[in-house]
Amino acid sequence: MDKSFLSRLTFWKSVAIILITLGLYSVFIRFTGGLGAATNLSDEFPWGLWLGFNILCGVGLSAGGFTLCGIVYIFNLKDFKPLVRPAILTAFLGYLLVITALMIELGRPDKIWHTLIMWNPRSVMFEVAWCVMLYTTVLALEFSPIVLERLGWKTPLKIIKSITIPLVIAGVLLSTLHQSSLGSLYLIVPNKLYGLWYSELLPVFFFISALTVGCGMVIIESYLSSRTFKRELEFPLLLRLGQVMVILIMVNVVVKFIDLMDRNSFDLLFLNRTETYLYWLEVFLGLIVPFIMMNFKKIRFNRAGLFYSALFVILGFILNRMNVSVTGMESGSGASYLPSWMEVFITMAIVSLGFVAFTLIGKYFPVFSEVHTPPNKNSQISKYIV
Amino acid sequence: MKSKAILVDITKCIGCKQCEAACKAQNKLPEVEETKLSATAYTVIDEHEERYVRRLCMHCKYPTCESVCPVGAFSKTEIGAVVYDSHKCIGCRYCMMACPFQVPTYEWMSLTPKVQKCKFCYEKILEGGTTACVEACPAEAAIFGDYNDLIKEAHRIISENPDKYVNHIYGENEVGGTSILYISDVPFEKLGFKTHLETQPLPELTWSALSKIPSIVMVGGTLLYGIWWITNRRKEVVEFERKLKENNEENN
Ligand code: SF4
Ligand code: SF4
Repeated sequence: MDKSFLSRLTFWKSVAIILITLGLYSVFIRFTGGLGAATNLSDEFPWGLWLGFNILCGVGLSAGGFTLCGIVYIFNLKDFKPLVRPAILTAFLGYLLVITALMIELGRPDKIWHTLIMWNPRSVMFEVAWCVMLYTTVLALEFSPIVLERLGWKTPLKIIKSITIPLVIAGVLLSTLHQSSLGSLYLIVPNKLYGLWYSELLPVFFFISALTVGCGMVIIESYLSSRTFKRELEFPLLLRLGQVMVILIMVNVVVKFIDLMDRNSFDLLFLNRTETYLYWLEVFLGLIVPFIMMNFKKIRFNRAGLFYSALFVILGFILNRMNVSVTGMESGSGASYLPSWMEVFITMAIVSLGFVAFTLIGKYFPVFSEVHTPPNKNSQISKYIV
Repeated sequence: MKSKAILVDITKCIGCKQCEAACKAQNKLPEVEETKLSATAYTVIDEHEERYVRRLCMHCKYPTCESVCPVGAFSKTEIGAVVYDSHKCIGCRYCMMACPFQVPTYEWMSLTPKVQKCKFCYEKILEGGTTACVEACPAEAAIFGDYNDLIKEAHRIISENPDKYVNHIYGENEVGGTSILYISDVPFEKLGFKTHLETQPLPELTWSALSKIPSIVMVGGTLLYGIWWITNRRKEVVEFERKLKENNEENN
């Protein structure tokens, strides 16, 4: 291993340690002083960065799991199989982190089990809660072969493998419901959420963009893990996934267009307001730029090009969720909101935790074992480092 | 008991804030003056255009807070009060985010925080009383009574003084109607009221999405199973044909 690679590793390790420490400190303040001591949330603005990023983005960025499971097991495109395990791992970790975040965000995390016995099926939040619980269980089962293989437990492994298809179907259904229900959460605030984002189609938009970002996440994660774990990149597969991503982007644009037309809201696109600029930025980053990039052969057929297209999709996605949850809600609530530094630290700590866990599990468990490619030589790695 | 209501006549309020004080005493809240609704102020007087407007929970007929709460901590009672059960609440704050009148508030500094809002003096009313705020009002700017009577009364006041009052009862139709009603001589949009609210109860909006879940699950499940069956079958057919061919070759 050459020196620069080592020092880069230690650099990221120290960053992670610092962020997680700051995050833990902030968690301590939150649980000793209350939500008010750690956050800038208020009666007028009760949902902020944590809900927008940790929950909305967290769930969305975990969409790669069900997308790939569907592709491989339902549509039987077995070529994609090598990508399934890393995608399930990301999704599983993603959901565990979302639950961690939820425990910090809720005012009474000790009562979270209430959702099990006190039902209100008319509440979208109730649907969200059940989807989180059920889908995390499905993910745990889908992930379990990785652990069972490592432990060499044959019988439970056989049982799990025999119920793969029902599990996958349940996973796809639950994810569809969950991704879209996060959009439905906002259906109740037609007078608060700004017109560029409020639409009856919010659940549809949330679902389409989750699928898009799911593909993007798989691309990014395969690229990064090929570097970290020194394995060959499944480039042709990723390229096909990239093409699916572009198709989904086009669908998204068309539906957005029809939606604005239906609501007679084209004028909103050209008002001189903060919302307008952030809306355009979101569309530009997440839809236009990756679409254009992927239409150039030179970029598409280039590892870094594909990687950056996917990265733009993810940035646009994050901006979209933040716009819905923060930008779009400010004027309607008559409040302005900027996260406190403790909110930011906790969010960053959660993200770092995700990276650390992914690296550790990838190292000690056969996540990539279905890829039968010889490990790269060091000389080859440098080629992929941009 | 019949559904109760409060009718607030904005022309009569003199801004003495007796209601605020009475509310604080009734609910044993710290006696500091506050300018906006908070976890320790369930009602406040707002000043607009030289008028005093009292704010409090509207006790909606189809309460948004009730519909969004995942654990059903809110309920609309028979007498019209929308009450909250803190034992159920998990603190997701969806009720605060969703309430069209921005009413519920939170105990941000508490380690066991609760949502707070006007309780319509629920127990007092059950015992046959009125709310503390109405009792305290020296100017009769707010009256308490049966919902149906007060709606009639409001219409009567407006039609008898058409030059004085704006021809609108705020709360009669907003988000499907509320148990707190206002009449005024100044247009409501000038008094800080949310006047762009539709008459449709908001819970219908989320219900239209939620009610589709069973069909999504059934149609989606069948579809996914069907696709799996077809794609897998195709594979089996290919396999079968290959074997058949092999057999034939062997036989020849
Ligand atoms: S005003 Fe808000 S808190 Fe009061 S009943 Fe209506 S939705 Fe609930
Ligand atoms: S904060 Fe409490 S009362 Fe409000 S919606 Fe959440 S669980 Fe229900």
